[in-house]
Amino acid sequence: MTTTAPYRPRPRAGRDGFAHLLHAEWTKFRTVRGWVTTMVIAALVTVLLGLLAAAGSHASCSEGPVEVACPAVPVGPGGEAVEDQFYFAHRSLTGNGDITARLTSMTGIITYPPPDHDKIVPGLVPWAKAGVIVKDGTRQGSAYAAMMVTGSHGVRMQHNFTEDTAGRPGGVSAASPRWLRLTRSGDTLTGYESADGTRWTKVGTAHLAGLPATVQIGLFVASPGDLTVKRADLGGSIEQMRFTQATAVFDNVGLRGDVPGGAWSRDAVGVTGTTDWERYHRPNGVLESGGTFTVTGAGDLAPRMDGQTVERTLTGALTGLILVIVVAVMFVTGEYRRGMIRTTLLAGPRRGRTLAAKALVIGAVTFVAALAATTVTVTAGKRILRSNGNYILPVSPLTELRVVVGVAALFGVAAVLALALGAVFRRGVAAIVTAVVVIVVPSILATVSVLPEGAARWLLRLTPAAGFAIQQSVPEYPQVTGHYVPQAGYYPLAPWAGLAVLCAYAALALVLAVVLLRRRDA
Amino acid sequence: MRQQLHAEWTKLRTVTGTGRLLLGTVMLTLAVSAAAAAAVSCPPAGCDYDPAEISLFGVQLGQAVVAILAVLTISGEYGTGMIRTTLAAMPVRTTVLAAKAVVLTGLTLAAGTLAVLASVLAGRLILPGNGFTPAHGRPLLSLADGPMLRAAAGSVLYLVLIALLSLGIAAAVRDSAVAVGSVLGLLYLFPVVILMVSDQDWQRLLWRISPMNAGLAIQATTHLSSLPLSPWAGLGVLAVWAAAALLGGGLLLRLRDA
Repeated sequence: MTTTAPYRPRPRAGRDGFAHLLHAEWTKFRTVRGWVTTMVIAALVTVLLGLLAAAGSHASCSEGPVEVACPAVPVGPGGEAVEDQFYFAHRSLTGNGDITARLTSMTGIITYPPPDHDKIVPGLVPWAKAGVIVKDGTRQGSAYAAMMVTGSHGVRMQHNFTEDTAGRPGGVSAASPRWLRLTRSGDTLTGYESADGTRWTKVGTAHLAGLPATVQIGLFVASPGDLTVKRADLGGSIEQMRFTQATAVFDNVGLRGDVPGGAWSRDAVGVTGTTDWERYHRPNGVLESGGTFTVTGAGDLAPRMDGQTVERTLTGALTGLILVIVVAVMFVTGEYRRGMIRTTLLAGPRRGRTLAAKALVIGAVTFVAALAATTVTVTAGKRILRSNGNYILPVSPLTELRVVVGVAALFGVAAVLALALGAVFRRGVAAIVTAVVVIVVPSILATVSVLPEGAARWLLRLTPAAGFAIQQSVPEYPQVTGHYVPQAGYYPLAPWAGLAVLCAYAALALVLAVVLLRRRDA
Repeated sequence: MRQQLHAEWTKLRTVTGTGRLLLGTVMLTLAVSAAAAAAVSCPPAGCDYDPAEISLFGVQLGQAVVAILAVLTISGEYGTGMIRTTLAAMPVRTTVLAAKAVVLTGLTLAAGTLAVLASVLAGRLILPGNGFTPAHGRPLLSLADGPMLRAAAGSVLYLVLIALLSLGIAAAVRDSAVAVGSVLGLLYLFPVVILMVSDQDWQRLLWRISPMNAGLAIQATTHLSSLPLSPWAGLGVLAVWAAAALLGGGLLLRLRDA
């Protein structure tokens, strides 16, 4: 008996290939006019809202009633905008050397604090600073390293505005003075602290690239403004900085190295204008008597957080995102509605691959459209903001690229997530609402509603809206008192970690969609 | 009208999604309100949070589910072709839309009341643990309190108006996915645009015409004078939106082929 194998047509090469599937899905997308139009509208809306917001945002500086050009903002060695304002009693040091000083008292005042805002009270803000410093001249933004005692964060070694190393905690008093020492060797600076001036503990080292042979070495005092935050009537918040001042008493000041003789130079670095308190009660400056230096100062050496950010122009992207979600969901649910899905699955019977092709096409199309939109929005938006007198906090080109490309990627991944939800629900409405509720709504609730800050942070950690962290261009600095909340553009997760959360959700939804698509009848 | 109402009620009652969506409205509203109440904390020195707004916070998400229900009430029929049967059986089209609106209002009223009452109860139980105590000048949430009663009853009305707005838009747009996208866009994007414009006058103007911002003014019990609109006027803005949407939807329903 002979058996005959049943006739099977030999598969034609390339017929079932992935490229073929991609081509099929791309053709489907391209030929539905509504989807293409909506995608273009999504990009246009993002650009238009961004540019409108930029055009409506004006800033100016004035001295009294007269409008003047805004003073240039100093830029630190790392390229970031900085606050560089303090009182500096200094000598010049050529070559290697060190400075030692004993800090016996640190006091200060805070003007008009809450709750009543009606008194000037004695006290130190948490990041009031007093100590020894080595700085590349008195120009604002120049490199420095400093050993300091702070208002309530203990001893710190800080350098070049953004770097901060913690030493021993605790404050300073006549009973428990603090000894500080800063040693220069080439471009390496090492900070030490001691309770008695004999046993020294190393706090940290700093490498200041390109430090010249002659530097300014001496004593400094700074006291940043006191921050109060009030809820604004229409959502968001109003931040207010109030003047503070710190006074520190140093003795046992010792300098070693090539320091020419003569008096100490005194400079109020970066100070513009004076407050009534300084005019009538206590000016900033140095009082020297018998080896004791009483230094009074205000200001801060820290990254500057006051200004617009590049991503501010991208807030309108949320509008575009809703449109993208609608298109991405309909890209799959439309097939169920019209019965096209049966043809699609007949042509590409390996359902997982077919869905992957769909996801790739919608993700790529969205990414390209969004990239065009974000590039135009950020480039043109920055120009408009600047021409309206706004100061934009400078960021490196790489960071800006991350913002522009990252937001486009956020769109692409969100489209994939929406598509997967569409395949899971098979019903447009349910999928669109779910996608909007998990991606867009948490971000809106966290940034523009009455939701408490703690809840807002959790929303931006746990939901797919975490992906919006990718647009944060200026990081949070623990050594600067600030209002670091989602409303002000500070996300609880690092940029790439946030995007990873969104990607994880998209991958999970896609896997679920593939499993369901294979198991269910179409 | 009685027959139309009966027909619409039968349709909505026998469609599988309705019960689940109504339950979803109640659960989502309650869950989000409770989470917001649990997350907020008020130090003894006082805080700026409005306990009514916090305890009714879930309405901001619950409205999305209400919108689905409302959109499906009419778009679902377009999706399946049922609309042709409906219009053949009841040729006076505006009456059909009116009947749908009445049935939808009844269902949303019931689910909304349940959701709001549960949220207020959750707020009353949770908020005192987070510093909202009578000792700090923050009395317990109570519906016997005039502003709180207005906030709670107004939130139920808010949900009803959202349902009517969604129904009107869905009648005009017909496709369910596009309709729900438009509703959510209209609701959630005004707040973002308001944040984006820095001009105060524009902000207040946009706030006044925004269906969600103005409508939710009904929940405010503190800082009333700083709001651009009084609570009831705010709900009135949303009512105007809903009326306009229903009118537009009804007109298009009459003029177009189904």
